[in-house]
Amino acid sequence: MARILVTVMLKPEILDPQGAAVRNALGRLGLTGVNDVRQGKQFVIELDGDLDADRDALLHKLAAELLANPVIEDYRLEVDAQATA
Amino acid sequence: MSTARVGVVTFPGSLDDGDAARAARVAGADVVRLWHADTDLSGCDAVILPGGFSYGDYLRCGAIARFSPMMAQVVEAARDGLPVLGICNGFQILCESHLLPGALIRNDHLHFICRDQRIQIENNTTAWTKDFPVAHEIVIPVKNGEGGYVADDRTLDMLEAQGRVIARYVGGNPNGSYRDIAGITNESGTVVGLMPHPEHAIDTLTGPTADGLPFFTSVMSFLNSAGHRTDAHAGVTA
Repeated sequence: MARILVTVMLKPEILDPQGAAVRNALGRLGLTGVNDVRQGKQFVIELDGDLDADRDALLHKLAAELLANPVIEDYRLEVDAQATA
Repeated sequence: MSTARVGVVTFPGSLDDGDAARAARVAGADVVRLWHADTDLSGCDAVILPGGFSYGDYLRCGAIARFSPMMAQVVEAARDGLPVLGICNGFQILCESHLLPGALIRNDHLHFICRDQRIQIENNTTAWTKDFPVAHEIVIPVKNGEGGYVADDRTLDMLEAQGRVIARYVGGNPNGSYRDIAGITNESGTVVGLMPHPEHAIDTLTGPTADGLPFFTSVMSFLNSAGHRTDAHAGVTA
């Protein structure tokens, strides 16, 4: 089994109203010195068998086309080594 | 000449397909209801992607609708000149499909907004705005949670330079859209995305105004001028 983590974040230049609201809430709840909060999402994908080169290439393609919108978002794809047998 | 066929696509979670179909019918179209899972445009001469929450807005608004079988047909036909109007969620789908540049994100104030909104029509040469006078101001409803139009500065400058901002918010920006952009068009002026809802303002019995109707009569004017009809249904156009 292979476990792949895909993290999707808004590009730095795109306004993140949700992150800003969370930043304000953290400050209200007593956390000092919060400069910035950016909110993103993470996909945890479990695959049967090994992540071979074909599936790795397709996964990158789908991360860019479906999981992230490249107009406003960046993604990072990593294999979770601990969960990957 | 036969009546122009205007398709209205229903996705799971579409809300405004009924009103969009009614608006096109009032404008004189032969309306065809299209289903997201179908793969045939049924000879439509133009297509409307209605508002709502296609696929529950899961992942990102419009992100899953973009990959529906019907959208594959719409994207291909739009590249060949099919007029397409995306309203609200339809605008989001057009951006996700890359038929229009930019994207729509959560409103800057984080609240869903629903109100009658003044907008100015800035480009009256597109397939969907040609019946408006120049620089005409209208009032139609806006209702969205993720209606903030964003793009990088280069894209925004390009849209402005090419006159592709077709409508701008007036009297207060409801969602934080960059440069008060309410609607844009593609290079050929056939694909239009609009965040406010003209289909809810086609008569004063049910809407705040009838200001939205010209979007739908515009495409009929466009289709009835020579050369813009799907061959199968164009009939004798000479």
